[in-house]
Amino acid sequence: MHHFFAEGYVLPNQIQIWWTCMIVLYPYITGIVAGAFIISSLYHVFHKEDLKPVARFAMLMALAFLLFAPTPLLAHLGHPERAFNIMFMPNVTSAMAGFGFIYLMYMLILVIEIWLLYREDIVFLSKNASTRVMRKVYWLLSLGVDDVSAEAKRLDHKIMMFLAAIGIPAACTLHGYVGFLFGSIKGNPWWATPLMPVIFLLSAVVSGIAMVLICYLAIQWVKKRPVDGACVQSLVEYLWYFLIVDVTLELLELINHAYMQNHDWEILKELLTQKLFFSLFVVQLGFGSFVPFVVLGALVIFRKRFSEKARSRLGFASAIILLVQVLAMRWNVVIGGQTFSKSLRGFLGFDIEFWGREGLLFTVVLFAMPFLALWVMSRVLPLWGPVSTFPKKYLRGGS
Amino acid sequence: MSGCDNDDKDTSRREFIKTVLDAGAKTFTFGSLICITAKLRLPEAGASDGVVQKELQMPAIYGFLVDTMKCIGCGSCVRADKAENDVPEQYFRTWVEQYTFYENGEVVVNSPKGASEGFAEKGRAFQPKGDEKPVKGFFVPKLCNHCINTPCIQVCPVGASYKTPEGVVLVDKKTCVGCGYCVQACPFGSRYIHPVTNVADKCTWCYHRISKGLKPACVLACPVGARTFGNVNDANSEISKALRENRVQVLKSYMGTNPRTRYIGLDSEVI
Repeated sequence: MHHFFAEGYVLPNQIQIWWTCMIVLYPYITGIVAGAFIISSLYHVFHKEDLKPVARFAMLMALAFLLFAPTPLLAHLGHPERAFNIMFMPNVTSAMAGFGFIYLMYMLILVIEIWLLYREDIVFLSKNASTRVMRKVYWLLSLGVDDVSAEAKRLDHKIMMFLAAIGIPAACTLHGYVGFLFGSIKGNPWWATPLMPVIFLLSAVVSGIAMVLICYLAIQWVKKRPVDGACVQSLVEYLWYFLIVDVTLELLELINHAYMQNHDWEILKELLTQKLFFSLFVVQLGFGSFVPFVVLGALVIFRKRFSEKARSRLGFASAIILLVQVLAMRWNVVIGGQTFSKSLRGFLGFDIEFWGREGLLFTVVLFAMPFLALWVMSRVLPLWGPVSTFPKKYLRGGS
Repeated sequence: MSGCDNDDKDTSRREFIKTVLDAGAKTFTFGSLICITAKLRLPEAGASDGVVQKELQMPAIYGFLVDTMKCIGCGSCVRADKAENDVPEQYFRTWVEQYTFYENGEVVVNSPKGASEGFAEKGRAFQPKGDEKPVKGFFVPKLCNHCINTPCIQVCPVGASYKTPEGVVLVDKKTCVGCGYCVQACPFGSRYIHPVTNVADKCTWCYHRISKGLKPACVLACPVGARTFGNVNDANSEISKALRENRVQVLKSYMGTNPRTRYIGLDSEVI
């Protein structure tokens, strides 16, 4: 059970922090979706050739995380069985009512794009997979379309380009919308800022790129495959760039609060200097932003002085720190915003529970699910390149 | 005889006029009755009781006025509300806050158990704090503000929070998904998620009572008349008179939610 404690005057109905681990996890997962998709689009739409080694993987990673994006929300609802009310009877003035539609639209774009991206491989595998069952599965996945002529592929490519192009604003909408959910709550001075959607979006991109980099390097190292230095360098550069813009805006928001000193500043000052000091100034800004800023900056500015190995290792470490940074940012927004009472005179305490629907264990299990989905996808589709990179044992005549 | 005839004529004329007037009056009365009956019958075609009132006069718009100058912090309202609405133990549809000002300028606010047991600890509501003596003190009853521009209805993703024609903000328990977004959006802490039904819950101004012409439980229970409820569209109602005769304020006016719950004697320390 939660242990509730409060200090100062807390409004009687605010006896507990209502949005906890699940609502921290939800923007964290959708953020990774947005970031991974943007990496994939940088290759597919903007033709950043350096990113080719991770372009397919990033797309499937976006899907894996998107599949589980609604699960923390579902787990949090008082009545999960009524979840579809949000689509059947949406209230047009509610930002939250947009979730189902934005989510479905984005899911549709992503699935069609992945299907087109893998269509040729799927058709090939429907004829050459190692078992009959798998050949049937691939045939079903191909939707019975086995035309892979040059003309058909040209059309595929055209549609893909179009979808990727609308996919970028869709990804921005999905995550900007998550920020708006918080930013539009005027009753909460720690949330209510038009910067919120922008900060959420940029930190989303940071976490997505970081996750792609981490998974790419980890898998290459485990599989003892060579790491593409140009690809790592490119990811490091994007990571650094988005980190700078993201942290600048995060700081801008803090400075704005401190400088304007509105009626809520008294309580916000205490929130920042007492309650969130460690998670905000130490974890999010000090360790989480400054260290990667310096390390990634060095990798970008002095790129020639680092060996490929050092670049990969430093990039990997920075990416892990940045995942912590973004998690801390989500925590500081979601939990921080509920730590003080709307009386603006008191604070609520919060201990993470281990068991239970909002507990740590369930949070970790839910966060592991996208990786499980990614593993399942890796059994069905080649993650890293054309079908020639697919393990031979999955092919007819393979060992 | 002719006189008699004349008299007879006069009499019959008088009779005639009387008959005509009588018939006219009866017709008018009967006609009016038909009209009224027709009007009264209209709502039977599926409308609610409120419609009768609407047809005959201006629609009722409810308001609530709290006179903080009168409140003694006894907590009767909180207890009455809990009993009337089966409010879960740890939550409150209405509560009373105590503000104590000390010599050194410090202001202490509290509301132990929502004031359901009052503040009469040690026989004195306003206690000294160490050596500091209280120099000023008052109580502020709080409840849902039933805002005109309400953020809770705005954010509800499924439209479970809604406003009645009388301006009362309610929650449809069968539709609410229990996301808690309205709880976050309410700047006043008036809402909570009911621990048993898992849906949003809040003060309804005792809608089940006021729709029958009764007063909310807290208003009835207040021994000092600190709470006034009524139709603000009726110029003769108690609340309309009180609103005319007093300078009133609302909580967190800067939020722009335009509350229908108004206050007499709010201090700037009250948030």
